[in-house]
Amino acid sequence: MTAVLETRGLSKSFGALEVARSIDFALKPGARHALIGPNGAGKTTLVNLLTGALVPSTGSVLLDGDDITILAENQRVKRGLVRTFQINTLFMGLTVLQNVYLTVAERLGVSTTLFRPVGSQPAVVAEAERVLETIQLHEDAGRIVNELPYGRQRLLEIAIALALEPRVLLLDEPAAGVPNAESHIILDAIAALPDDIAVMIIEHDMDVVFRFAERITVLVSGGILASGTPDEIAASEEVRAVYLGYSNGPGTGDG
Amino acid sequence: MSDATPSPAATELLRAHRFRLIELLPWVVAIAVYFLFPGYRLMATQILVLILFALSLDLIVGYAGIVSLGHAAFFGTGAYAAALLANAGWQEPLTAVAVGAAAAGVLGYVSGWVVLRTKELTLLMLTMALGIMLYELAKDMDEITGGFDGINFENSPILGLFAFDPLFFTSNYWYAFAFLLIGFLVVRLIVHAPFGQSLVGIRENDRRMHAIGTPVRQRRRHVYTIAATIAGIAGAIWVQVQGNITIAVYEFEMSGNILIMVILGGAGRLYGAFIGVIVFAILENMTETVLGTDPPYWELLLGVALVLTVLFAPKGLLGLFDPFVHRLRGKAP
Amino acid sequence: MDQVLDIATTILVFGVAYAMLLFIISVGLSITMGLMGFVNLAHGAFAMVGGYVTVKLVTPLGIPYLLALVIAFMAVAAFGVVMERLLYRWVFDRPELDHVLFTIGLVFISVFAVTGIWGPDPQNIQLPKILQGDLNLGVKSIPVYRAFMIIAGGAIVLTLFYGLERTRIGAQVRAAVDNRRMAESCGIPTGRLFTVIFALGSGMAALGGGLGIQILGGLKPVFAFEYLVIFLIVVAVGGLGNVRGTFYAALVLGIIDFAGKYFLPEGGGFFIYGVTFIILLWRPQGLFGKAQR
Repeated sequence: MTAVLETRGLSKSFGALEVARSIDFALKPGARHALIGPNGAGKTTLVNLLTGALVPSTGSVLLDGDDITILAENQRVKRGLVRTFQINTLFMGLTVLQNVYLTVAERLGVSTTLFRPVGSQPAVVAEAERVLETIQLHEDAGRIVNELPYGRQRLLEIAIALALEPRVLLLDEPAAGVPNAESHIILDAIAALPDDIAVMIIEHDMDVVFRFAERITVLVSGGILASGTPDEIAASEEVRAVYLGYSNGPGTGDG
Repeated sequence: MSDATPSPAATELLRAHRFRLIELLPWVVAIAVYFLFPGYRLMATQILVLILFALSLDLIVGYAGIVSLGHAAFFGTGAYAAALLANAGWQEPLTAVAVGAAAAGVLGYVSGWVVLRTKELTLLMLTMALGIMLYELAKDMDEITGGFDGINFENSPILGLFAFDPLFFTSNYWYAFAFLLIGFLVVRLIVHAPFGQSLVGIRENDRRMHAIGTPVRQRRRHVYTIAATIAGIAGAIWVQVQGNITIAVYEFEMSGNILIMVILGGAGRLYGAFIGVIVFAILENMTETVLGTDPPYWELLLGVALVLTVLFAPKGLLGLFDPFVHRLRGKAP
Repeated sequence: MDQVLDIATTILVFGVAYAMLLFIISVGLSITMGLMGFVNLAHGAFAMVGGYVTVKLVTPLGIPYLLALVIAFMAVAAFGVVMERLLYRWVFDRPELDHVLFTIGLVFISVFAVTGIWGPDPQNIQLPKILQGDLNLGVKSIPVYRAFMIIAGGAIVLTLFYGLERTRIGAQVRAAVDNRRMAESCGIPTGRLFTVIFALGSGMAALGGGLGIQILGGLKPVFAFEYLVIFLIVVAVGGLGNVRGTFYAALVLGIIDFAGKYFLPEGGGFFIYGVTFIILLWRPQGLFGKAQR
């Protein structure tokens, strides 16, 4: 069982501020992993370090055992390491279909085509449509993202990630800001992710975390406090004291 | 499944590049102007060349979202390459255009490596600094460039058949017309190609483009080089049809005006370049003929036009027609 | 050796005097950019109007130069408030390209207005007697006007530094430049703060315009365009919203520009752009700007 994504002694500081402290972390193929921790624990920072948006001060990131620490964000994407954003990062002025089209065109390597129109490669557009169908966004294909309800925009975040056919998918609070009535659509979409994708999710809702995750890592002030199965984490006195304690523990919903 | 019948959204994407009948209009007008207003051929020729220049800027400003205040650097470089070549005795015009294009393209590629590492205000300042640097350089080297007085030069007939005509601008006009037509078709193809669409993605959200695997800097560099090359072609033709060159081709005013023209017409929509250049040139000419230049009424009109455009027509003059066009096509605006 | 010293003093005195002028005019621009992310290309026009007001108060009306400067400062500051409340506020939230076009439009209008009101001819000013002539420093005599420029500039710099670091409003400005949203959530009224800063910045520009008429070689309607580039360069090199940075940038660029033109009267204009190009490549956020996030 080799890890598909792994970090060794990953650290990052801004001046005197240490936002990631010697993190050793591993995702196995097909993993369902949750990353939890109080606000400011460095969860998004860890995602940024994994995807290459931030350069670590020390330590390394490995994908399939290869050191990818020096690879740029876009190069890691090409190798199947994909993320979604906590705050919508979409092409707001374009249609839903165009958002996914750009992504598919990039994955298929046709986006450098200079002298042939988009219409000459209908298969690429068809593939974008197929992705939208799998996540039930096809009815909104022609709408400008700006005009879309927030929940649908969050869904598009996931659609774009899926269009990249990731092997490792990092979901940064996918349901953040979505009204409760709509959040089940997103959670269903996450539950339906292909089994072979290794998924790491950052989530505050403990219900979601304990339902979804096979393993949980608890991050506190930039370092890993504990890592284990949901039962182990729920039973851990240390976690209770530091984290679950003040968020009222699992089962009580929003923390 | 979708592969049987594409959805309306997909159909629109697949057909975006198709020509519409109305797209013939500018060319019909351009042909008509030649015959109807022979007295204005010099101005009309200049307008044709400026549209090509504006199209090259629209490619980076309107599509890729790279705001440049120094695009005249490429225009001027293409112009000087062609003019100095002719002055040195190489009078064949088409090869001179090719050399001008290459010179501007190389400058675009090299400066793109450094300039495009930055964004926003810094990018604005760097493009501007590069433009002014070249202007100052050309001013200092007036023995070669002719400085403010300029150089007169001659080219041999186009394709060995059509001599440049400094008086009636006959072949000169069609020379510019042909280059604009070809240049336009190329730019139009590029913006409807997946490459052009990815530029729009970079303009809309470069962070997301990184995150879907796009080498954003490289792509910005590529479009910058393409735009520089086309600007170089425009510069070369600009001086060839007039038979002389001064350092005005490098002036900051050139960079500023062409940006204003693109925005005035509507950036990121190709035909904005046509409208912007034509409206700008005709209004400038009319204002200065009718009202004179003292006090500078044209500056007043241009200033008011800019303020009003930003306040009430942020998508440019062409953008004003958007709601109308949408209704015509039976869609919500 | 004496000659070297002589040249060095000349460059230093003239360069620093010029730098002070650059700072006085550019600092307002820097803070408005840093505070609101607003690219105000019409800033030079405020300086130009300040210059014209000063000239017209001194020459036809016979008002003393220093008093005229104060009036110009206040008049243009008030004018700045009107402009900000009436026009600028509509475009604050737009992309910077809109800022550029909008304010360039205002510059064009100002060129027309100034030409229409005061004519196209260059204006100059009769300096008061005490500012004429040379000041003997023993080693070398320097023009009184430049010395005055340096002293007045230095006084303004110190006042600003003090105001920014020791007063409540200064602290608010620093907080807002650093992180506007955070400052707002702490109850700092950034909107009103901006109006105050904008007025102050416009007034400073006017003061610079009035002070610098001779250094900049007379006042013409194209002033707002001609010098805009160098003001922007000072701001970009100094780092947006950074008062100290703007000061050092003005010093470096002012001296380099003067030295370039001194040694190479023909091609000296080239230098400053080359230096700017290199500095901004090395540090895109400016010499003293905060790192890009």
